Amino acid sequence: MEKVQLREFHQARWNEPVIMEMGTPGERGILVPQAEAAVKSEVGDGVSVLGKVRRKSRPALPEVNQALVNRHYIRLSQENMGADNTLGISQGTCTLKYSPKVQEHVVSRHPGLAGVHPLQSEESMQGILKIYYETEQIMKEIGGMDRVSFLPASGGHAIYSNAQIISAYHKANGNSHKNEIITTLHSHPVDAAATSILGYRVITLMPDEKTGLPSLEEFKAALSDKTAGIFITNPEDTGIYNDQIDEFTKAAHDVGALCAYDQANANALLGIARAREAGFDLMHFNLHKTFSSPHGGGGPGCGALGCIEELAPYLPKPTVEFDGSKYRVDYDREQSIGHIKAFLGNFPVVVRAYMWCRTLGAEGLKQAAVISVLNNQYMTDEILEKVPGVSLHYSPEVRRMEQTRLSFDKLFEKTGGLGIDAVNARLVDYGISELWQSHHPYTVPEPFTPEPCDSYNKEDIDYYVEALKTVANECLENPEMVAQAPYKASRHVPNHVMGESFEVVASTWRQYVRRFKK
Amino acid sequence: MIINPVAGLGGRVGLKGSDGAEIQHQALELGGRSESFERTLQALRKLSQISDSLELFTYPGEMGEAAVREAGLNPVVLGAIQTGYTTPEDTVRAAEDMAARQVDLILFAGGDGTARNIYSAIGQSIPVLGIPAGVKMHSGVYAVNPEAAGQAIVQFLTNTLSETRETEVMDLDEEAYRQGRVSARLYGYMQVPANRKCIQNVKVRSQSESATLMGISQDVVNNMEPNRIYIIGPGTTTRSIMERLGLDNTLIGVDVVRNGELVASDASERRLWELIKDQPATVIVTAIGGQGHIFGRGNQQLSPRILKQLGRENIQIVATKDKLLAIPGKTLLVDTGDSQLNQSLSGFTKVVTGFMESTMCRVSA
Repeated sequence: MEKVQLREFHQARWNEPVIMEMGTPGERGILVPQAEAAVKSEVGDGVSVLGKVRRKSRPALPEVNQALVNRHYIRLSQENMGADNTLGISQGTCTLKYSPKVQEHVVSRHPGLAGVHPLQSEESMQGILKIYYETEQIMKEIGGMDRVSFLPASGGHAIYSNAQIISAYHKANGNSHKNEIITTLHSHPVDAAATSILGYRVITLMPDEKTGLPSLEEFKAALSDKTAGIFITNPEDTGIYNDQIDEFTKAAHDVGALCAYDQANANALLGIARAREAGFDLMHFNLHKTFSSPHGGGGPGCGALGCIEELAPYLPKPTVEFDGSKYRVDYDREQSIGHIKAFLGNFPVVVRAYMWCRTLGAEGLKQAAVISVLNNQYMTDEILEKVPGVSLHYSPEVRRMEQTRLSFDKLFEKTGGLGIDAVNARLVDYGISELWQSHHPYTVPEPFTPEPCDSYNKEDIDYYVEALKTVANECLENPEMVAQAPYKASRHVPNHVMGESFEVVASTWRQYVRRFKK
Repeated sequence: MIINPVAGLGGRVGLKGSDGAEIQHQALELGGRSESFERTLQALRKLSQISDSLELFTYPGEMGEAAVREAGLNPVVLGAIQTGYTTPEDTVRAAEDMAARQVDLILFAGGDGTARNIYSAIGQSIPVLGIPAGVKMHSGVYAVNPEAAGQAIVQFLTNTLSETRETEVMDLDEEAYRQGRVSARLYGYMQVPANRKCIQNVKVRSQSESATLMGISQDVVNNMEPNRIYIIGPGTTTRSIMERLGLDNTLIGVDVVRNGELVASDASERRLWELIKDQPATVIVTAIGGQGHIFGRGNQQLSPRILKQLGRENIQIVATKDKLLAIPGKTLLVDTGDSQLNQSLSGFTKVVTGFMESTMCRVSA
């Protein structure tokens, strides 16, 4: 095989202050025009009507001109390692996948989509409602569910919505004693966090030392009449698939609990395995990851929350209904858990998912899943064979699904302290964004969880493995050099701030000024 | 920097430890070799990057000076020793001398015995870090390996956000161990740099321990019933419950609480027996970090007759998830001295790991 050549990389580096520190008093970008006389006569000056709601002082915005704002954000974007100029393989557990640019064009330029207002009449939105309705039919088929809602913003919000539905169901059936939720340690921690907000006691199953999966015996010991539901990610974030999952759901049903499937790692399953056949009553896909929208730190999120017929009355409102000739938005849902997002939720993400599914078709979806698994298996084998200091914990003989939790533990031991943090710092010198490590709690030492999805070709994966191998070798041969990395990036290595250190952390500008700029 | 030059002496020759002059002598005759010098060097080499800003105190010769100089560092040498024959008292004195100089951290090389000696000298007043060089290392004060010790120190001394956490000082009864019985004792707690990556268990990363303890203690206190007796076992996890109740506590002893009030402090087995004989009672214990014992280590007051009287349903275990994950096999251990009781306590159990949060764990005899 031809040797992989690492490309020369150098990130832009600007000595860029934060926007709040920029500008000159009196400087501004635009002057908002005065209201026209006709408008004024109708609504006044548009300000005095605010009355007491009007703020007493001007907002503390930086006073900057347009050109400066433009330069500022372009520079920041150059200092980033964005999805479009780097290999996202590092960003595992997010199933960050291919998002064709043509979809962006349609979503942002098509007048019928870009110009729509949520308060338009139903008659004028028939096309959009049709997209919702048809996307629901597609998602129903993929998940094996009877109804699907696109209102949750996915992730924790979808899990929370699932938990609300479980809660509403038990309440309606007089099961007030059901106050426990069971999840697994290698599911997303948000499965535990989001359900606990509703007042459930969360019981977490420990992974078996050898298999990395919770044992059925342990699960049965945790189940009781108090169990309201189970929340499980499968494959778990380790990449290991629990092939006893139907026995878990059966045991849960035996005690009257409902089963919710966190399909955050669904890339490997599209068109191959369905939540319904595994015995789940509820599930959600993250449309913005598994169904082709860029996963942009905190948004735009949109989930497809699916459930069985029995739970459909509790779905959030509104739903989109079709009577055979007309589409309508149904707000009149008595047992619904209510409004969880404005209007129809995050519309552009639904459109992207719709386009992606329609473009690929059923066979294409299945192919995307197969390629994800194949890519991952190839990448894992290559890493284990070529990158020094890496090991695979929990059932190394078992094939991983669409991502793999690996460990730089041996590298850490051999170098006396150079592990994932060091690799991360050095990896950006090769133009690759940081390794996604692991969700807490860390059950694997020095973890990293890459995920190639269906988005990358063999050359990409080979390049990625070569970069990892180069960095690991540098750690072994020239540890002092790696300890000072990165050299070609705008970033530096931050101090690790412990969770306890609230007093030294500022999460907003205002907090920063109050604490440190007195 | 304090080295116990005889640490690890007994390990290679199968003597399980190196406490006491006779054993040391025996070990040397059998060809035992001190592990601590080489291991200390490995750790100290990591310090070269901060040597300019480092003031390093040590003890003469084999107790530190030789290794420190070999590593290319320039120490201030305190005290005096009898070369070729060092004792636990030397370790104690060295720690006291360094405490008197108000050092930021005591780095030592040794095993559980050394940790115990240093604990007896300085308690919790100064953070410590152990370079693992002994035979027994049940205490949580050790770095995962010598290099990691060096790494952790550099971070601790250069990082403005340096924090410490408490960890167990444990030791085995060596005499019993040589006779085939494992009997460990919890001696106390020392402060170590809060660097979970380099210290004791690589598996666990920094997490907000204090926030987790707040959650655990709140959960336990919320569920306390009126008029029920609560026996609070030793440890920092259980101490958080006492702190939430606003009560004084015995860190390595057993306290008793009822209706939010302290009924007994550092209670003996007999006192506990009298208190619970005809009263509804619950015992709240935590696992020993790194090894997982919930009964039979550091809480021998909780005797078989007391545990039998309470019954399995009145035993509540509390621990952070980090602690559970750091336990080999994630299995909690019981060693009450009564094998039938051990069996009856075995199986899966729920451990309170946060507010409204439990984790399933296996208990094994």
